[in-house]
Amino acid sequence: MSFSVVTTDLLVGFLENIKLFGVTLLLAIPLGLVIALGSMTKFTPLRKFTRGFVWAIRGTPLMLQLFVVLYVPGLVFDVQIPGNNPRFTAAVIAFVINYACYFSEIYRGGIEGIPKGQYEAGQVLGLSKSQTFFKVVLMQVVKHIVPPMGNEIMTLIKDTSLARVIAIGEVITKAESFSAKGIIWPLFYTGVFFLVFCGILTIVLGKIEKKLDYYKG
Amino acid sequence: MAILEVRNVEKSFGKTNVLKGISFDLNEGDVLSIIGSSGSGKTTLLRCINFLETADSGKITVDGDVIFDSSSETKLSKKEQLEKQLSIGLVFQDFNLFPQYNILDNVTLALKVRARKRPDFRKNKKEILKEIEEKALSVIKKMGLEDKIYNYPCELSGGQKQRVSIARAMALEPKILFFDEPTSALDPELTGEILKVIRELAEDNMTMVIVTHEMTFAKEVSDYIVFMDNGIIAEEGKAEDVIGNPKTERLRAFLSKISD
Ligand SMILES: Nc1ncnc2c1ncn2[C@@H]1O[C@H](COP(=O)(O)OP(=O)(O)OP(=O)(O)O)[C@@H](O)[C@H]1O
Ligand SMILES: [Mg+2]
Repeated sequence: MSFSVVTTDLLVGFLENIKLFGVTLLLAIPLGLVIALGSMTKFTPLRKFTRGFVWAIRGTPLMLQLFVVLYVPGLVFDVQIPGNNPRFTAAVIAFVINYACYFSEIYRGGIEGIPKGQYEAGQVLGLSKSQTFFKVVLMQVVKHIVPPMGNEIMTLIKDTSLARVIAIGEVITKAESFSAKGIIWPLFYTGVFFLVFCGILTIVLGKIEKKLDYYKG
Repeated sequence: MAILEVRNVEKSFGKTNVLKGISFDLNEGDVLSIIGSSGSGKTTLLRCINFLETADSGKITVDGDVIFDSSSETKLSKKEQLEKQLSIGLVFQDFNLFPQYNILDNVTLALKVRARKRPDFRKNKKEILKEIEEKALSVIKKMGLEDKIYNYPCELSGGQKQRVSIARAMALEPKILFFDEPTSALDPELTGEILKVIRELAEDNMTMVIVTHEMTFAKEVSDYIVFMDNGIIAEEGKAEDVIGNPKTERLRAFLSKISD
């Protein structure tokens, strides 16, 4: 089996990883904000519910959540996951919910970490609550959450390989089809794909952090 | 007529009765200092007048305009409250500058955000922003910070930060400026520069209320001094009388403790 044939095949698989990665990020970043707001609301029932939900998601394996999303709708509610690729949709749903919960905790930490004095300064200067949030607080939150978000994002690309448990043809699944034929090395070769991708992420995130580094505090 | 009238302001946090009926008047152009031991309610009083806390009862009038009245049926809307808030400026003990903005932007931010709401903003955008910038530059200059306008707060000394925060409050042209222990987050050698700035504001006839532990300064800069003790005004009067000739045992004890 030639190196280029293996590489092409694995690349096709890794494209699935990247697709799952991209869609998850795109959806989980805003959904996380919604969950964060829910977990900070003064309306106690909603806050308790949201925090309980986040706790359950963070307290169970993502692999289990993949199975739950794939099977529970059909088994319990007799509904099918829509779309022409229901397995991929199921993977997206599980990943988005899982990551949105992790992101929500990062957002919450970021928002709660802003000193009360910043809001009070906004108020005494005649700014409304929303003006204070968008003009004063938001940028500071972004600066504080970029490093922990970076860590989660690096973990996400590696986690996408978990989708193989619901038969998504991602890169490791592809490599396994080679090892089934007795060729082991492609399995280890998959590591290179992740390494390169994480390398690129590291550079991009580093650039963002540097951009936000023009001030302290 | 007094520019600030405070009548029977009370405030409790849970079961702690922090303000037990505070009343005082402040005339335009005068400087009032509030002194008193830690926990006597000085900060709470300032915060109630600034809407950072809501008083439980009482009435507060600024320049004839009732900004708070617990006996009134109609409550102020958030918007009205924000408008009224602007008649009073507040300088915080720990500055609370906006770290992501440079000094000029710290001073202009609120003015610019608020200007957007003006009906003629779109038409006269350029002139309005220029006007704001000029106004900001003039207060920044007054604070002696004209060579720091493009610096960020993290690049300034404590004294400079506090001067920025005074400039930020002054740029909104409040009728009264409040200070809550403006020097107590500063190294002793930096307090002088802030006290000098306040003294200059007093010479310009700025109406001010200053919570301070600097007795010599309070005596020198203020027209009137209020001594708070355990949620009430225990003694008040002309600065030189209150500090030079205290009548109550409480105030005597406080002054002798502070001068040690
Ligand atoms: N948000 C709050 N919740 C509960 N208690 C409070 C709150 N703010 C102030 N207090 C209490 O009110 C009392 C008066 O506090 P305040 O900060 O007004 O005192 P102060 O005179 O400014 O003291 P200091 O000189 O130390 O600044 C204190 O006993 C304080 O614990
Ligand atoms: Mg205080």
